[in-house]
Amino acid sequence: MKCQYCEKPATFHITELTEPSGPKVMHLCEEHARSFLQKEASSPVASVAGALAKQLQLGQTKKEIEELDQKECPVCGISFFEFRSSGRLGCPYDYTFFENDLIPLLNNIHDSTEHVGKRPRRLAASADSQARMIQLRREMEEAVDLEDYERASEIRDELKRMEEELNKPATQKPATQDTDQDDENASNADSSEGEEQS
Amino acid sequence: MNPITDFESLAKNSGEWLRGTGPESDIVISSRIRLARNLADFPFIRRCSQDDRDNIERNVRARMDAMADWKDIRYIDIEELSEVDRQFLVERQLISREIADAEGSRAVAIDPGEQYSVMINEEDHLRIQVMQSGLDLKTAWARIDALDDQLEGAILYAFHEKYGYLTACPTNVGTGLRCSVMLHLPALVITRQIEKVFRSMQRINVTVRGLYGEGSQYSGDFYQVSNQVTLGHSEQALLALVGEEVVPQIIQYERKARAFLVEQNEQDLHDDVSRALGILNTAKKISSEETMHYLSKVRMGVNLGLISDVLVPTINKLFIHTQPAHLQKLHGRVLGSSDRNVQRASYLQRHLHGEMGDGDLN
Repeated sequence: MKCQYCEKPATFHITELTEPSGPKVMHLCEEHARSFLQKEASSPVASVAGALAKQLQLGQTKKEIEELDQKECPVCGISFFEFRSSGRLGCPYDYTFFENDLIPLLNNIHDSTEHVGKRPRRLAASADSQARMIQLRREMEEAVDLEDYERASEIRDELKRMEEELNKPATQKPATQDTDQDDENASNADSSEGEEQS
Repeated sequence: MNPITDFESLAKNSGEWLRGTGPESDIVISSRIRLARNLADFPFIRRCSQDDRDNIERNVRARMDAMADWKDIRYIDIEELSEVDRQFLVERQLISREIADAEGSRAVAIDPGEQYSVMINEEDHLRIQVMQSGLDLKTAWARIDALDDQLEGAILYAFHEKYGYLTACPTNVGTGLRCSVMLHLPALVITRQIEKVFRSMQRINVTVRGLYGEGSQYSGDFYQVSNQVTLGHSEQALLALVGEEVVPQIIQYERKARAFLVEQNEQDLHDDVSRALGILNTAKKISSEETMHYLSKVRMGVNLGLISDVLVPTINKLFIHTQPAHLQKLHGRVLGSSDRNVQRASYLQRHLHGEMGDGDLN
């Protein structure tokens, strides 16, 4: 296949995600692909598209890409194809489920794969419990639709229990392994900073 | 509360960020920080059902209502607003174009000083924003960090030990932080150096956009500089990159370009900015674009001491108040484009002739 801008062979096949009419596939030679990706680098959706295009071109066969496209998150049901067509993920669990495929993408966008900033003061819900809560919520909606209110209220109670459990202040953060003494200090700091709000 | 009446009172005032004060306010209009946050127990917006969206809005609202320091907040249900009212909030930078144009239940919470706004059901469940006049990302950060802490006490955020705050788009993951500084750079535009400045920016992880951010045209010599990456750097490092490295450098370039213009031919420059003021003072019909163009020149003229009888806060206000939705709210009815041009000219003259007091904006 030839590049759509010149006679050279098209070695880059880029899915453009910023068109309002939907995804548009571009077939470009290396030179045109490079100038296209540089030009588009300022828009966040385009940078996802650009990073994905680079990632998918490097080291993945067509068959592997097709297989990856069909992969679906068990929690929100989004397929990898849908993600790369929209530039948007479907739920927090996608970061765990598509982790291997997202790491090169994060590296391309941020040049990093590790958060080093602010963290919630209380224990963050694990990826599994975040997934579980989203699934329960969906089951609850289905139960309401089926007018099975008993089941819906059971699920509501379970969700409430999980949330209360997670709403407790952090007792132990895996990264810091706080002692009990540190925890007391942390909760004191919480309340004193709370008073300083404007 | 009737949202329309409410908007009309809002239209008569200006947000804190337009005060025209704060560090470097001759060149820096405002500093803004936004945080993208999601609830841990809901899918991201794209996969939310209508029930999910309603639940998120109700949940967040109930929890914010319970926050002691957030009593005077007003909630605006964006779904129920007219097109003009949505546009009005976009012009005021209280909501994004994306949430204005979206469908389904979505809301914004605004404090009376218009420093804070919390968008609910934008691309992420929560987009928390703080605005500050002048170059002052540190104060903006202190405020948004405190508000985020309060919200975090009431809402379980989607967070990953390794990837940080989880967001719908991987371009926001980690800190979820975008800090943006709005700059007025007329001299760099006149001296044709602006492209060169932008090209150098692309190499250092910042992006430059027009007045209303992503996807908008640059207008009136206003440019917004923001951090591009959100993962792998602390919030403080991102603020320092934009607020202490990049922006001061651009300010220096703009000052040099202004000094160059004055040195080269002060008379020509004086003539140019005075003519701009003359047109704003006398035109009977004027488009929004033309207004931006001439107000930008006048603003520079005031900052260089070439125009003395107009105040910077007045000009800042005029930039916002002469835009289509604001004019219509101030006028109290829907106006066609031609009517707006007439009203805009009259509005400009009432303010620039000094007939209106500072708080008297109608």
